[in-house]
Amino acid sequence: MTLTNRSAAELASALQKGETSAVECATAFLDRIEATNSTVNAFLTVDRDGALATAEAVDASRASGKPLGPLAGLPVAVKDVLCTTDQPTTCASKMLKGYQPPYDADVVQRLRAAGTVILGKTNMDEFAMGGSNENSAYGLVRNPWDLERAPGGSSGGSAAAVAADMAPLAIGSDTGGSIRQPAGLCGITGLKPTYGRVSRRGLVAFSSSLDQIGPMARSAKECAMLLQAIAGHDPGDSTSLNIPVPDYSADLEKPLQGLRIGRVAAHFSEGLDPEVAEHVETTFATYEAAGATIHDVELPHATYGVPTYYLIAPSEASSNLARYDGAHYGHRWDGTPSDEKGITDFDSPLVEMYCRSRAEGFGPEVKRRIMLGTYSLSSGYYDAYYAKALRVRRLIRQDFNKAFENVDVIGGPVSATPAFKLGEKTDDPVAMYLVDLYTVGTNLAGIGGISFPCGFTKGSLPVGFQLQGPALSEPLLLQATHQYQQATDWHLKRTAALSS
Amino acid sequence: MPTHDDTEPKLTREDVIKVAMLARLALSENEVTSLTQELTKIVGFVSQLSEIDTSDVEPLAHPLDSQNVFREDEPATSLKTADALRSAPRHDGECFLVPAVLGESSSA
Repeated sequence: MTLTNRSAAELASALQKGETSAVECATAFLDRIEATNSTVNAFLTVDRDGALATAEAVDASRASGKPLGPLAGLPVAVKDVLCTTDQPTTCASKMLKGYQPPYDADVVQRLRAAGTVILGKTNMDEFAMGGSNENSAYGLVRNPWDLERAPGGSSGGSAAAVAADMAPLAIGSDTGGSIRQPAGLCGITGLKPTYGRVSRRGLVAFSSSLDQIGPMARSAKECAMLLQAIAGHDPGDSTSLNIPVPDYSADLEKPLQGLRIGRVAAHFSEGLDPEVAEHVETTFATYEAAGATIHDVELPHATYGVPTYYLIAPSEASSNLARYDGAHYGHRWDGTPSDEKGITDFDSPLVEMYCRSRAEGFGPEVKRRIMLGTYSLSSGYYDAYYAKALRVRRLIRQDFNKAFENVDVIGGPVSATPAFKLGEKTDDPVAMYLVDLYTVGTNLAGIGGISFPCGFTKGSLPVGFQLQGPALSEPLLLQATHQYQQATDWHLKRTAALSS
Repeated sequence: MPTHDDTEPKLTREDVIKVAMLARLALSENEVTSLTQELTKIVGFVSQLSEIDTSDVEPLAHPLDSQNVFREDEPATSLKTADALRSAPRHDGECFLVPAVLGESSSA
């Protein structure tokens, strides 16, 4: 068995016992990336020199007997939406091509402090806007299970990197499902923590009231290890929660006896792929056999989640992305008059520079969302759109709160279909937005959600299962997933599409 | 999906151009045309929220029951000028350089 086929938990144990070194481990994954990235395009930047230098330092510390944390020497891939001082941070946008931030994100600081070896930065939908990773200015990502299909998005590079054994651990971000949906479509495990559990400082902002960073790995056990390293209060993010971080591995082995799982009948209505439905139902049965009980719950406003999300997220994005003005950092129009017809009436040379820099720097989906958000916030429309969506958001949160009076977690599909073909939805924005149907509620309510593989279609595509839990239920979500993964082996399956 | 009627607002080219200027986006002619269609469709889709009676519901801007966070008002180091300017498209070592704010003379 080669190093890249081993789980992060196995690697951590091998590192601690001296059976392998951090340098050997990093080299194995860097070589795997070199062999497969031209096909998968999961990484935008690979930092071989930096990774090996970190690994050498970890090995030296271990040799000198210094106490090291459980993640020391483990390679990790970081979504290119998190600021790193030693590598570009592009958000997969032409706007930030080559941009080198002046500070590290809080999560990156914590990863460095934990001794993890950052392999590089992963591809994504531009500014995390998308559900297929086709909106990257640096090329799409291919799903390691079927190279003609999308890996999901927006953390498609992180999901594909883990699925293709290019990294044992990865960091993603989730604004409306961007960790859970690609995890589901790529057959790995991904957790979206409660809003505020992980600091957003240095996470390039998309929708500030929805964005949250989380771990992606093969299994819940490894997500628990990674969450442990990145969770916690940060005075630099005033929305980060100033409450103790529990031991996320402490409860993993506890049995599920008495766990109450909610099942939403509406999740199984039109649009749900029959094979996905079958695997999701089988998963409920597996949980019942493990001692859990299944209860019908209702989320009456769930079908309004997507339209609510597609008002709130673009509105916040239109404000957050106003910072890209061609003046402080990022792409700037070079002053060459455009041949193309279009908007030409500007108030001043400065305004023309703003407008042309932004028009050149942003891709089509980012422009669409900035336009939608600007429209929804503009005078005369604010009450009908943005403010209306905020009211429905409260109703959606109330639905979850009410459901959690009777159940501990809610189970169901992550996505209505397995991984779809590249190009299948790119001409229809609304069809693409609907891939977020089962995931946006978690973000709107600010609660936790986890996605993990629960079977494969006849065409050998992974199917994901989602558990959603109340605020700060991460220990329970991880335990429930770990217990499922003790009873099944879907999370251990490897793709044959990239066998070397 | 709940059904909704066909009386949703239809965006015009003029609407799109007005919003583009608010958003500081110099859209091309083709983009104005495609966004007029796409935004009409998307706005029609999100307009289904009007079916819900929210007259007694307060807006929820933030998922947590947030409260103000205070800190001591103490001096601290901030970003050095050189670091702040490092990624600037144009600067003179002390300031960001931009084209004229007023008037016609242009040096982008």
